[in-house]
Amino acid sequence: MADLLTAVGVRKEFGGLVAVNDVDFTIPERTIVSLIGPNGAGKTTFFNMLTGVYKPTAGQIVFDGHDVTGKPPHAITQRGIGRTFQNIRLFQSMTSLENVLVGMHSRLKGGVLRAVIKPPSLKREEIAAREKAHDLLEFCGLSGRDDEYARNLAYGDQRRLEVARALGTEPKLLLLDEPTAGMNPQETAEFTAFVGKLREEEGLTVLMIEHDMRVVMGISERVTVLDYGEKISEGTPQEVQRDERVIEAYLGTAAVS
Amino acid sequence: MAPGIQAVRDSTPALKRQTMPRAKRAAIVGIPAFFVLAVTGSASLGLIVAALIFGSLYIPAWNTLPLGKWIVPLGVILLAVLYPVYQPNLFDVVVFGNFPSVDTGVTMMIFIMMALGLNIVVGYAGLLDLGYVAFYAMGAYTVAWFASQHFSNVNVHVGGVGVAPNTPGFHISIWLVVIIAGVFATLAGILIGFPTLRLRGDYLAIVTLGFGEIMPQIANNGDNLFGRNITNGPQGINPIDPPGFGNTLHNTVGLPADYLSSTNSTRLFYWTALFLVLVTVFCTVRLRDSRLGRAWIAIREDETAAAAMGVPLMRTKTWAYAAGAFFGGVAGAYYGSFKGGTFPGDFYFNISIFILCMVILGGMGNVWGVIVGAAFLSYLNQEGLANIGAWMNANGVSDFVFRKQIDVPLYTSGIFGVILVLTMLFRPEGLIPSSRRKAEFHEGVHDEPLYDVTHE
Repeated sequence: MADLLTAVGVRKEFGGLVAVNDVDFTIPERTIVSLIGPNGAGKTTFFNMLTGVYKPTAGQIVFDGHDVTGKPPHAITQRGIGRTFQNIRLFQSMTSLENVLVGMHSRLKGGVLRAVIKPPSLKREEIAAREKAHDLLEFCGLSGRDDEYARNLAYGDQRRLEVARALGTEPKLLLLDEPTAGMNPQETAEFTAFVGKLREEEGLTVLMIEHDMRVVMGISERVTVLDYGEKISEGTPQEVQRDERVIEAYLGTAAVS
Repeated sequence: MAPGIQAVRDSTPALKRQTMPRAKRAAIVGIPAFFVLAVTGSASLGLIVAALIFGSLYIPAWNTLPLGKWIVPLGVILLAVLYPVYQPNLFDVVVFGNFPSVDTGVTMMIFIMMALGLNIVVGYAGLLDLGYVAFYAMGAYTVAWFASQHFSNVNVHVGGVGVAPNTPGFHISIWLVVIIAGVFATLAGILIGFPTLRLRGDYLAIVTLGFGEIMPQIANNGDNLFGRNITNGPQGINPIDPPGFGNTLHNTVGLPADYLSSTNSTRLFYWTALFLVLVTVFCTVRLRDSRLGRAWIAIREDETAAAAMGVPLMRTKTWAYAAGAFFGGVAGAYYGSFKGGTFPGDFYFNISIFILCMVILGGMGNVWGVIVGAAFLSYLNQEGLANIGAWMNANGVSDFVFRKQIDVPLYTSGIFGVILVLTMLFRPEGLIPSSRRKAEFHEGVHDEPLYDVTHE
C-alpha cells in the first residue's frame, strides 16, 4: 500500500511552547488511522497543520505526491483533504443542503459573471450539485433534513452534517476530530460502523482523533499516540495497548512501576 | 442510522413555501388597490379597478400558484414605473405631507443602488466597510472625467450628447461611462481590498474608515496631484454632459436624444434610475443564490470552517468587495450625471455611515429590506424631515415642545443616529430581515478566531 500522506519532522511552536515536536507520521492508502493522546498532547494542533490552518514551524507534509506544507487551507482541501471540527463548526444559518454545497465549493465552477448571466451550463451544474448534496445527506443519515437550518438540527445530526459537508469536498483523506464526542453508546456504535462504510464503499482513507477507546480499538488499523507533542508510540491497536509508555502517559508513572 | 428516531421527529422543511397569513395577503393586495383609489379620487371607474385588483389577488393561496411569486414583484415594479404619472394626484399623508417628488425619487433610486452594493459587502460577506463612499466618489469622478470638458487638451467624442462636436474634453456616452465607472470602482475595490481584507472584524472596519477619509481629501486636493489637475479641487468638475441616446436613436427608435432638452427630463432621469435599480436587484439576487453567494455567507458565519471547506478566503472576500464597489461606482456615475457636476463635498464620511444605516435599518442581507431602508432614509433626508418640520411648526408642536420654531433638517445626523439606536435596541435584525439573519441576532453567533492570518 502506498502512503497517501507523509509527514516528516513536523514541528509547531507557539512562542516558547513546543506543541508538536518533530513528529514523523504516515497514513497508508485506504486505512483508518487513529491519533490518540491525553488532553493537550498536540493532536488538534497536528490536525490543523495537516489542513493548513497552522503553518508548521519546521518539517514537511507530503500529500498524494504533492508538498502541501504551509499551503492555505482551501488549497489543501482542493488537493483532497476534508475535515470535521472538534467543536462543531457548521454554518448555522444555512440549511443542511447549503452546508454541503459550500463543502463542494472547490469542485464547482462559476465566478461573478457566470453567476449573473447564469448560462444553461451553470444551471445544469447547480442542479447536479444539489442532487449530489442531497445524496450525500442521505448517505450520512440525514434524509429529509435538506432544508432544515443547521442550527435546528439535533446534536447527533449536526455531527453527521459535519461529515456530509466534509464529504462534499470529495476528499481522498478524511480527518475526523473527535467525531463521537458527546454521543451516547448507541450513536457511537452507529458512527463507528459508518466510518467503516466510508472506507469500504467510498474507498476513503480516514485519520481520526478519538478518545473513546472502543472506537479506536474496534476500527483502526494503526494507532499513533502523542504526548506533550511527541510521538511516543505507534502500531496496531493491540501493540499500542500494551506499550508501557502509553500506559504511563495516560495513567502516570506510578501505575507502571 | 436509527430510522426509528428520525421517524418520531417531525420533518417539516423549514423553507417550504406556505400559504401567507391572511393579514399579510390582505396588505399586499390592499396597498395597490388603495393607490388606485387615491389616484383616481372617488371616480366610479377607479373604484371598480380597485375592486378588481383586490378580488383577483385575494384568491386564497394565490401565492402558491406557479406564477404566484411574480405577482407581488411585478405589482411593485408597475407601481414604481407609473409613479411619475400618478404622483401629482396623490393625497397628503398626515405629518409627512405630500408623497416624494419625482426628483427625490431619482435620489432615492441612487441610494437604493448604493445600499444594495454595500449589502453585498456587509450583508452577505459580513465585512464591515465604513468607507463605501470611496467607490461612490470613484464613479462620480469617472463620469466627470469622461463626460465633461475637464481634460481640455483632448477632444474625444464617443456618443456624447448635449455638446457641440468640437467641444474639448472626453465626451463619451453616459451608458458607456456608467459601465466604465463600475469597472473603475471595481478596480479601486480590488486595490483597496488587497491589503485590507486580510484583517478581520473591527480592524477591517478601522482601515476602511481610513480609506473613506482619504478619498474626499484626494478629491479636495486633487487640483494639483503630481503636477496634474485630476479633480479640479474644491470647485469640483461641472458641467457634466446629460444622459441621452443621441440623434440617430432618437430619429429611428424615438428614444430621447438628450435628457436635459426633453420636456419631462425628471421623469426620464427617474425611469433610467429605476432601470439601473432593477438591474442591480437582478444582479445581487443572482449573486446571492450562486456558489459565490453561498461562499460569502459561509465566510460571514465562520471563516475557519469556510476555508477548510475549500473556500479561498482572500479571493472570495475580494470578489465581494469588487461586486459591491461596482454598484457603488455605477450609482456614483449616474449621480454625477443627474446633478450635472461632481463636487468633493458630496463624498464625506457621513455618506458611508448614511448608507450603512440604510442597510442596517432595512435588514442586512435582505435585498427587499435594504431597498425599503434606503428608500425611506433617503426620502427623509431629501424632503421627509423638512415636511415633518413644517408640520411641527405649523401645528404648534415646535412651540409647545421647544418653545420656538425649529428647522428639523438641521438635525438630520442626530435623527439618523436616534433611528439607528432604536433599530439596534428594538429590532436589531432590521425592518425586513433575511430569514438567516433573524435567528442569528436573537441567538448570537459564536465565531472563535483560530485561523492564522499569516497565510495567503
